Order: sequence, then structure tokens, then C-alpha cells
Amino acid sequence: MSNGTMERRQFFRIATAAGGGLIVSSYFELFSSPAAAAVVDASRSVAAPIALGGHVRIDPNGIITLMAQNPEIGQGVKTMLPMLIAEELDVAWEDVTVEQADLNTDLYSGQFAGGSMATPTHWLPMRRAGAAARQLLVEAASRTWDLPVGELETESGAVHHRASGRRLSYGELVGAAATLQAPDPETVPLKDPSQFRIIGTPVPNVDIDAIVTGEPLFGIDTSLPGMVYAVFEKCPVFGGRVREANLEAVKAAPGVSEALVAEGGSDLAGLLSGVAIVGDNWWLVNQARLNVLQVSWDEGPTASESSEGYQAQANALFDQEPTMALRNDGDFESAYQAASHRVEADYSYPFISHTPLEPQNCTALFQDGRLELWAPTQTPERGRSMAAETLGIDESDVTLHLTRMGGGFGRRLYNDYLVEAAWIARQLEGTPVKLLWTREDDMRHDLYRPAGYHRLEGGVDASGRLVAWRNHFVSFGGNDRFASSASVRDSEFPAGAVPNMTMGASLIPFGIPTGALRAPGSNALSFVYQSFIDELAHAAGVDPLRFRLDLLASATDQTDLDPARMTGVLEKVAEVSGWGRTDLPPETGLGIAFHYSHRGYVAEVVQATVSRSGNLSVDKVWAAVDIGRHIINPLNAENNAQGGVIEGISHALGQEITIVDGRAAQANFDEYPLIRMPESPDVEIHFVETDNDPTGLGEPTLPPALPALCNAIFAVTGKRIRALPISRHDLRWA
Amino acid sequence: MPVTFTLNGAQVTVDAPPEMPLLWVLRDMLDLKGTKFGCGVSECGACTVHVNGRTTRSCQVRISTVEGDEVTTIEGLSPDGTHPLQQAWRELDVPQCGYCQAGQLMAASALLERISDPTDEDIDRAMNRNLCRCGTYIRIREGIHLAARRMTGTIGSAQSEEDS
Repeated sequence: MSNGTMERRQFFRIATAAGGGLIVSSYFELFSSPAAAAVVDASRSVAAPIALGGHVRIDPNGIITLMAQNPEIGQGVKTMLPMLIAEELDVAWEDVTVEQADLNTDLYSGQFAGGSMATPTHWLPMRRAGAAARQLLVEAASRTWDLPVGELETESGAVHHRASGRRLSYGELVGAAATLQAPDPETVPLKDPSQFRIIGTPVPNVDIDAIVTGEPLFGIDTSLPGMVYAVFEKCPVFGGRVREANLEAVKAAPGVSEALVAEGGSDLAGLLSGVAIVGDNWWLVNQARLNVLQVSWDEGPTASESSEGYQAQANALFDQEPTMALRNDGDFESAYQAASHRVEADYSYPFISHTPLEPQNCTALFQDGRLELWAPTQTPERGRSMAAETLGIDESDVTLHLTRMGGGFGRRLYNDYLVEAAWIARQLEGTPVKLLWTREDDMRHDLYRPAGYHRLEGGVDASGRLVAWRNHFVSFGGNDRFASSASVRDSEFPAGAVPNMTMGASLIPFGIPTGALRAPGSNALSFVYQSFIDELAHAAGVDPLRFRLDLLASATDQTDLDPARMTGVLEKVAEVSGWGRTDLPPETGLGIAFHYSHRGYVAEVVQATVSRSGNLSVDKVWAAVDIGRHIINPLNAENNAQGGVIEGISHALGQEITIVDGRAAQANFDEYPLIRMPESPDVEIHFVETDNDPTGLGEPTLPPALPALCNAIFAVTGKRIRALPISRHDLRWA
Repeated sequence: MPVTFTLNGAQVTVDAPPEMPLLWVLRDMLDLKGTKFGCGVSECGACTVHVNGRTTRSCQVRISTVEGDEVTTIEGLSPDGTHPLQQAWRELDVPQCGYCQAGQLMAASALLERISDPTDEDIDRAMNRNLCRCGTYIRIREGIHLAARRMTGTIGSAQSEEDS
């Protein structure tokens, strides 16, 4: 045994125990230090070890700790990624402890939460990390016993030699394993899926005990000795700047120790001009802000903008040719004129806000030129670089601790609150500070799902086939560039399935910050496209399911989805919902829709009841979901999929941010109704397993919920919802 | 002004501004982080606690008004985290992000004190003021029914169900 190797790989860990004592333990880290990672890297002469570093820690006493590398926003990744490691490491899930990793780009890659990317990105690397660790332990046992590796097996955290009945636990093998070279994770053998013991089984959330007993867990729960609290007031008009503020009066208010003006920049997702107020009691600090602070704002040019104005501009742009051509197949005009059934319709949807239930917050400490952050962020790497840039320090001088988040939905892809906290901490050198936004801050200073306007024309031929489709999309942006999340892919279905198609766009310049909200793009386009397809089906007198199946059958390779997989979920949802049945209660109807987003194939049927007096109830939703051949954690998958559907229903029913005088008119949940339990439907999820690599589930079930609901409302009332939210419409029918 | 009240069974005295909401006294002065801030205007229910056994939005209660009251937070719902609702939440894996769940559990436990075996309509009425942004309503409802059946003896624990 080489002492040099031991020194490199074995560490002493000293931590403060909960009762105030010290825990001192010697433990072995597999691939966990940058030095060890470099050893692995040097043996491979390829890119850095993407998923080896730092995921597995085995204590000589047998305690197995798996590091959860990605930010947890409620999607279940803190449980799911370690499940993948544990599966291939061959340990019993009950014997595993999961810890949240800090941001560490030396050890980890892909530490972000967004785009339903965790599963497709980490499905293999996490398993390889576990398998490489397992192989190292088997090798260690082989050397200890002087037996060939081929005669050894693993099970539940131990290596066995069946013939002799010998057994060594992983903990007992730590010393021997420390002398060995780590195997190449790219070539390490993985289990055959028939051998899975953890993947595919229901595993409860690793934080469930802390959640149900109220232990500190979320970013907002961060507490540091000597910590002070801060609020940050920005101009209600987006991009507005502080002219002057009565800082002295604010500083004299009870509980306030400091009031500062931040110059800020022009990036609407970065540090903006504003007033920071600091003190030792957040509530008092916020009272000073509400009751004492007076700011004279330079509101800037956005103050003249409004949702009403955008609609008027859209109407004007509809009368002109699109300024951007996106797609042109066949000959739309001729096919449209020759069509047996023609439909024209304008569709629109409003700005909406993310409103995760935990308001934005971040705790920061700047000391000795270094910044430490406790940050609920979906994009910690970006947050770190923004903080470093804002403070003019090196990224290597920023430490970022990830906290569990009270929801994300895309809001925490943006790190505006994080850089505000960093900036305030810089002014208070040596004192930790927790910045906490109010709900009003959150709703008035979001990066909203952008509104959008579509003028659609569609033609169906005598045989019931959709042959012509034109879409003029009026969106936001400038210089032929769409604003964030305001674009459409030219391959978006039904592109590629309609022989004569013209797509174009025109852009409205604006000053409103926009961003990705759960299923970005799709959360709006699905409503438009799948509602309009429904209109065309009804115009042609074809059953909406049949019409969609026929449309999928016409798809060429010029579209972005696999028509066979979509047909599979459409047929499944028709079957489980009893599509076409005639025994529905009175005033009740079914609506159907499908959408492909974030690699997931989802079809949904909504059953809704609309009374003649116009009262809507969403009774039930069936969703058929194809995300490949494995549902890694079915317990969480069902929950997450149901949540996506319920969020889609919520968007459709009543969510709307209106822009008035360059500011958001809604500020809290009394003005921005989220779905509540009595309105929330029963949701039945049916996973359709197909032989494809598993993909993510955070987003794909949301988009089709909106059009399926609107199509159900049409089925009952004959009223077509072409502008969201539904709450704007009078649903009375006779 | 010092205010004395009973918090999770123990007497506490805090010296806080009289207008300061109970929510912020709990979180920032008494360091009980389980009760959550979501809206500050009694719309979301994340800050739900019991005051003298009644479901109360702690963001709306001035600390000066709780003198002599009995306050229970999620940390005091059960001595060891084994209230039938907490057990049901574990079994069904109710939470997604988890942020609203302390408030959901406090609202649900007050409901079960009033109505031992609630109907869906009872649950809708009692839980209507508690938002779940992730949309876990289906499992919250299921969890309440499961806990109610356990508490009324209609069914046993998971273990005894397996034994029977």
C-alpha cells in the first residue's frame, strides 16, 4: 500500500454535531477531490469525468452517502439522481444517505434544473458513477481474497464470494479500494434492466421527514449567526431608475440599520437600479419600506406600454405581411382557396407569472474578498458568474450552496435576486445578509411568460384532410430576434404534416422582461394549435380524435415529433377516457389534445361540465404519457405529471398579468388566482412505455391540458375559447 | 412589549414590536422555520398555525394579540413527527416542492379535530384557503382521508393492514 495514494484519497472530516459536539470520522471518498478526479481524467485522455466526481462517499463504518448534484425545485431530482447511482452501486436504498451538493463545476456537470433535462442528461452518467464505484470495490475484494473478479458478486452494499461464503461490506473494503485506480466510467459495465432493484420502484422524497415536521430546509430558512435582513425596492415600471430616495428618513425608522441606492445596470435579469434597506428584523425593514421609503423614479420609456397597446399593435400587424418568414411548404393560397372547409381565427394568450410559493430570496456573506451564497437557484453556475461579475471578483472566489426550493417553474433560472443579495452583502462586508422579496415583489418583478397573438387560417379538403395552414404569429422582440421564450420552432407540429403551410412572424418591441416558464413556448402554442386543429375537425365534421390520428398519419420527417409515439399516446388516452362514449352526464363534454415537448409525448382528455348559467367545472383529466422505457420513480412521476396537468388547467382558468403603464397590474394571489383544491380535477396518469431512452417529466404534461379543456368547453357549449384566460369569457349557453 | 404565550406546549415570552405578525416572530425571533411565508395577505395558507386549536393565518395575527394563547406550529403537531397526517403524507409521498405542506398539514389537522371522517366537500371547504403551487391536491385529499380512517379506526396502520 502506498502512503502517497492514501494521503491523496483518504481524508479526515470534522464537523459540528447537532448537540454541539464534534463528529470526527475518517472516510474514503471515491473520486471526490479534484486531485482524484484528475487522476481519473489522466487515465482516459478524454473530456473531464462528467459524472464520476464526488457522487459517492463510503465511510469505513459502512455509511454510504450519495451526493445529489442538481437543484431540487420539487421535481424530485434530489431523490431520483441518487437512485440511479445506488442502483448500479448495488446498495439497498434504506442504507443510503443523500446529501445536497454545493455548486462544484470541478466535480459535477449539468448542475441546473430546467428543460426536463435531468433524466436525459444524467441517466447514463449517474449509473456509471455508481457502477464505477462498485467495480472498484469488487476489485478491492478480489485482491483481498486473491480471487478472480469473475467469481465475485455484489448485493446490498457487500461483495460476496458464493463458493466460500465469504462476504465483505463496502465499508470494510474502503481501505483496500483506496489503493486502486478508478475504472473508466465510460466502459464500466452497467446492469441489465431486468436486474434493477431500485429503478422503477416507488421511492419517497428524501426530504419527506423534514418537510412534514417543518425542519429548516428551503433557502428562506437559511439562518447564520449575526445575520441581518434586507429588502430591495425597484421601480414598478420595468427598467426604471432611482432618481432620489429619502435614505436618511428610512435609516431612522425602527429596526433599520442601513439604506442604500444601487446604481444597477440595464439587464432586466440582473442587478437593477433600486433601494436596499437592511436591519435585524425583516418585518420591520419591510415596514420601513412600505411606510417610510419615498423614491422618485425615472420610469423610462416602458411607462408608455400596456397590454391593451400590444393587442392594438398586433391587430395592426395582422393587416400586414409578416416581417419574418419562418416556413413555406407547397402553395398555401391555392390549397386554401380549393379547400372544402375554411376556418380563420385569431388566438391570443396573456403574460403570466411563475409565482413559486417560496418568494425569491438569497443569503450572502462577503468577507476577505470572497462571496458565499446560500441560493435557491435553478442555474447556480450562471448565478455564480453573474455575482462575480456584479462584484468584480473572480468566480473562484464565490462559494454557492444549493438549497431546496419552494418551487421553480422556471422563475429561478434567473438570478436577479441572487445578484441583489450579493451586491448588498458587498456593502456590508463581514455581515451575512438574507434578502427576501415579498409576494408583491415577486409578481411585479418576474420574467413573465410572454403574451402572444396568432392569426390562423386553415383549410380541409373534401376527404377531411388538413391541406392548408397559415399562421401569422405576432410576438415580442426586435431586429428579427424573438424575446426570451417568445419564439416558435419552424418544425412545431403540425409543420411537416400539412402539405401547404406558411408560417411567419412579426415582432413588437417592448420593455417587459420575459423568460421560460414550465414548458416554455409549448405552454402557449399547444393551446393555439390544438384548439385550432379542433376547430378544423369540427368544421369538416370529423371526430376530433380521428382528425388528429389522420393528421399524424400524414406527418413527414419535416416535423419535430415521432408520429408513431404520438399516435400511441393518443390511442391510449382515447381508450382510458372512453372517448366517444355517449353516457356522459348532462352539460358535460370531452376535449382532446396532444403535444410534444421536452422529448415527451403526451395526449390528454378533459371532461368538463358547463352549466347553462355558465359555471365551469373541470371534472377529470386523463393523460397518456410516453417518456421512454423506464419510469425511474413511479411514486414521484405520477405526482409530477399530475402537477403539470393541474398547472395547465390553472393557467387556462384564470392566470393573467396585465401590463398597465409599463408595470404589472397584479401583485398578489387575490388578483392572480391560482387553482385551488375545489377547482382541481382528478387526474389519471397512464404511462405508455416504449423502447426509447428515458426522458424528463417536469414539463410535457402541462401544454395539452389547456387545449383539451378549451375543446371540452366547446363540446358542451359550442363556444370556442380563442383568448386566455377562460375567466374572461361568458360561458352561458342555451 | 413582552408577550407570553404557550408555543407547542411550552411557555415562551418574546419582546417584539406589538404589530409584528406572529409569522415573523415564529420564524425570525423564535427560529421556528416550519411555518412559511407565501403571500402576507392571507391568500395562500403557507403560514397556517393553530391558535387555541383554530386554523389561523399567522401572517395576519399581531403578536400583541396572542398573550395567553396556545399556539401550535408544524414543529408541535406531534411530539415525534408521527401524527396520522404526517404518516399519511410520508406513505403517499404527498409533497412536490414541499413548501406549502406545513400549512396544509396544520389546516388538515384542525379539520380532523372538528370532523373526524370528512367528506370530499368538507375537505374542499377546509382546504380551499391553502394553495399548492405544485398541484398536489389529489394526494393531499387522499392523505386526509387516509389519516381520518386511521384515526377513527376504520382501518389500521400500514403494518397491521399487511398483518391482517
